[in-house]
Amino acid sequence: MARHPDTDLSVARRRVLLDAASAPMLPAARATLIAAMDAGWADPRRLYAEGRAARALLDQAREVLANGLGVRPPEVSFLPGGPTALRAGLEGLRYAGRRRGARLVATAVEHSVILTAGRYHAAQAAEPSLFAEVPVDRMGRVDLSVLEQAVAVTGTVVAAVQSANAEVGTRQPLEQAHAMCHTQGVPLLVDAMASLGRDPAPAHFDVLAADARSWGGPAGLGLLVVPERTRWQLPGPVGQVEHGRTDVDPVVAIAMAAAEAWRQTQATRVDQAARSRAIVQRLRAAVADLPDVDVVGDADDCLPHVLTFSLLYVDGEALSIELDRQGFAVGSGSACTSSTLQPSHVLAAMGVLTHGNVRITLPLAAIGPTLEEDIDRFITELPIAVAAVRAHLGASDL
Amino acid sequence: MKQIEVDARGLRCPLPVIHLATAARDAPAGTLITVLATDPAARHDIPAWCRMRDHELREMAEVPQTAVADAAPPADPAYLRFVVVVRPHPPKASGADTSSAL
Repeated sequence: MARHPDTDLSVARRRVLLDAASAPMLPAARATLIAAMDAGWADPRRLYAEGRAARALLDQAREVLANGLGVRPPEVSFLPGGPTALRAGLEGLRYAGRRRGARLVATAVEHSVILTAGRYHAAQAAEPSLFAEVPVDRMGRVDLSVLEQAVAVTGTVVAAVQSANAEVGTRQPLEQAHAMCHTQGVPLLVDAMASLGRDPAPAHFDVLAADARSWGGPAGLGLLVVPERTRWQLPGPVGQVEHGRTDVDPVVAIAMAAAEAWRQTQATRVDQAARSRAIVQRLRAAVADLPDVDVVGDADDCLPHVLTFSLLYVDGEALSIELDRQGFAVGSGSACTSSTLQPSHVLAAMGVLTHGNVRITLPLAAIGPTLEEDIDRFITELPIAVAAVRAHLGASDL
Repeated sequence: MKQIEVDARGLRCPLPVIHLATAARDAPAGTLITVLATDPAARHDIPAWCRMRDHELREMAEVPQTAVADAAPPADPAYLRFVVVVRPHPPKASGADTSSAL
């Protein structure tokens, strides 16, 4: 199949973004970002008028986000990106618990930042038992009985459970997980990077990490939430920035854009979730009618805007390119679409088909105002693209 | 009982599964198909194919690197060996929504 040039934007048909994980920020957030570049350029630590103005804007942004998360402003730190915040959350809990042990527990479908850190620490200590991956079921939901046993092991100092999975949308039972951890005195680290802005903010955590992109904010802003009750400390000298939780100064304008996106998204969240869910249900029914498809993830207890499926005898890279040619931008967890040529660890842990994978995450309404029509066209075009890829592989009649 | 070997070593996904499905399509029920694969996705995708097309995965084993005497580097990379039993009349209907099946 001929690869279509990336630069060919002359196609009259409008582009349809179905990969919200890397969507542009909301127009209102973009306007705020540009205005804030003028109003909040100064160093918030400076004592002169411009510095104080920048400080006031940064405090305002922190207050909006803290209110949205139901925590106090000093408990919220801005870090340069969600994965960075998640990693800091993990290392701070681990170090704070060092007198009790060094063992980490995480679900097998956590963000790779957690899994690679866990494997690294276990390998450094030459002690495999220092990292326990808790299996998930076919839906991608953590096995609570295994989690309960895992956090009961002496020396466990962190358990990491996401609020919902970014790749397949399945929600995790945070309330039960938190209760189990609490019983054993193990702090729970929650990765809310997939769910914030789409689902209500998690209420059950000891440390929380988030990324402004998930609610339509700019790239490059992570939130690390460390409630006062939680014992948390980074190793090494304590940074002076963001309540001692990083040594990178936040960009005031980016924090303000994230707060503006939060205001916009929170005001319409319930309606947007209902709209996304209706579109996903229609799409799910259409996809399930395709021959030889594995529709993955929980159909009900899941994020409203995510649908993932894998197609037998389909090359995920070729299908992504074919859909791109038709105007659709989709994600994929297939090995051929990753730089490491390894299939998605999430699909692998769930025991579902990994090749021919298509991941759809619907953007927020301001980015995808015509999604209903766009999905109608996708439902028409998808079977044609799938048939073309299968025919190319000589797999039309298997 | 008929036996077939599908050597898919060196092939990338989805080719190992396509070669297995091609062999299974023309094979009578009860045929044992042995598949050899090096692709990392095969570990997940061959069991998933068996589930989706209702064939039996009888065995999945890692074949270790074959050490050659006096030679430090192994002669062959490790690979996976699967043994699949072809079931009668594999259904070729539309795909199942696995989330509603559980």
